Amino acid sequence: MPAAASDRIEKRILLRASRDRVWRALTDSHEFGTWFGMRFTEPFAAGKRMTATIVPTAVDRETAAMQKQFEGLTVEIVVERIEPKRLFSYRWHPGAVDPKVDYGQEPMTLVEFVLDDAEAGILLTVTESGFDKIPLARRASAFSGNDDGWTKVVTLIEKYLEQKP
Amino acid sequence: MSRSRNVAPLRSSTRRSAPIFAALGDETRLRLLARLCRDGPQSITRLAADSDITRQAITKHLRRMQAAGVLRASKAGRERVWEVDPASLDEAGQYLRAISEQWDAALARLERFVEA
Repeated sequence: MPAAASDRIEKRILLRASRDRVWRALTDSHEFGTWFGMRFTEPFAAGKRMTATIVPTAVDRETAAMQKQFEGLTVEIVVERIEPKRLFSYRWHPGAVDPKVDYGQEPMTLVEFVLDDAEAGILLTVTESGFDKIPLARRASAFSGNDDGWTKVVTLIEKYLEQKP
Repeated sequence: MSRSRNVAPLRSSTRRSAPIFAALGDETRLRLLARLCRDGPQSITRLAADSDITRQAITKHLRRMQAAGVLRASKAGRERVWEVDPASLDEAGQYLRAISEQWDAALARLERFVEA
């Protein structure tokens, strides 16, 4: 089902590594956790609901310092599909790091990693989709603190109404 | 690739804002919105008091803007009080941009991890 452009984020990156290496980094839950910054206690399996704990990433010191504040919080993921060396996907609650919020009843987004051969390695495409189903209130509260947009619009509206009484 | 890593999320946020602008594309709704912006949260009774349109029509307009995430309503006694959601316009785009940046950072870590 093709999703609207507003519903998804898509990223591509060329990884200068073998398909086996990339596949292992994605689907070995310990390896995934190492670069992402989460700790899993069990291996990934299709259809499995799992709880990970946020831990600082071992790969990047700056990110690790940022993740420190969320350390110990849990993230729920549901593994969707594992098609060996080609596709790995799971569902989760995006940006679900507010311990006061119960995300359990909210829709999850789907994260999909697809591996393609490229000249110098593996072209990895990551897609996260399903944002349109996330309640607007959640999107707002996740990243509040900027009302510049509204201030500008209100000014424009007032100007418009002055000119068009 | 035809789509650069930075263009996609920006385009997404523009598309996402479209329903908001559609909801505002009506003079009556703009007036109601400007009033809520200027005078703060208000009940329908107050909004209808010095207006020449009916309560029902005002309710319809407010609900349309609520559906687009521009306004929110809360209960105050028997009345519903309407107010502008101060974050709504910029949030959708900001949210996707923030998540998009998180992915950029995560993939940079993956790159470092597998190429080490």
